[in-house]
Amino acid sequence: MALFRTDKLSVASDGDVVAVRQRVRAMAIESGFSLVDQTKIVTAASELARNTVVHGGGGTVEMNLLMEGPRRGVQLTFRDHGPGIADIEAAMRDGFTTGGGLGLGLGGARRLSNEIEIHSAPGDGTVVRITRWR
Amino acid sequence: MADVDRIPIIKMGEFLLVSIQVDMHDRLAMTLQDDLTASIVRHRARGVLIDISSLEIVDSFIGRMLGNIAAMSRVLDAETVVVGMRPAVAITLVELGMSLPGVRTALTVERAMEMLRASVRAAAPIAPVDDGPVPD
Repeated sequence: MALFRTDKLSVASDGDVVAVRQRVRAMAIESGFSLVDQTKIVTAASELARNTVVHGGGGTVEMNLLMEGPRRGVQLTFRDHGPGIADIEAAMRDGFTTGGGLGLGLGGARRLSNEIEIHSAPGDGTVVRITRWR
Repeated sequence: MADVDRIPIIKMGEFLLVSIQVDMHDRLAMTLQDDLTASIVRHRARGVLIDISSLEIVDSFIGRMLGNIAAMSRVLDAETVVVGMRPAVAITLVELGMSLPGVRTALTVERAMEMLRASVRAAAPIAPVDDGPVPD
């Protein structure tokens, strides 16, 4: 799998969440995503960026444009050094929330992506990586 | 897109019109929610039309804001209709797990205005009450 392009942004505020959406949109267009696929990856990015700000106390996102043969993909890795997630399975369930939201963030991001990986432990921050292929 | 700190609310007769033309950050969405509820009371509005045809995504936060506005306006005796959701946004929203229960939607502004007028007619008072001009 070849890495075509990479980009990194800070994710610490409301305004950064908007900036992440715009950069992910540009990368999805560059990858030749359909409008529906663009909308899905941008929405997933918005949910995860908000999680990074609200639960993680800020962090970063690394955005990779991937090439695998004729396939193009967008891979997003959100990292924070917040309190971490004690029970990842519970956190993926719809309606699970500690932030006063609807609890659709993580589960929603999973449904809107082709692949998702989560690494987290209490006190150790959280890494969430999603990939969507064209 | 331009950086704004408020979404304008336009009064048209007994209705309020809002057209969201920017990629909203979360605080802007919360401000709109507060401004709209205050405007409904100030103008004694009977309906709210929210045009989201410019929105390229609706995530769970914006979806929740739309649901809150619909619920709050109903409590304040006004109907809300959300207009012009893009097809890709609708597909994504449902996949995300939100079907916007309690939010009335229309595909065009004309249709939304019809819905609002119909809901005002249906709720017409038995005897009209004239309580004077509304202060701005």
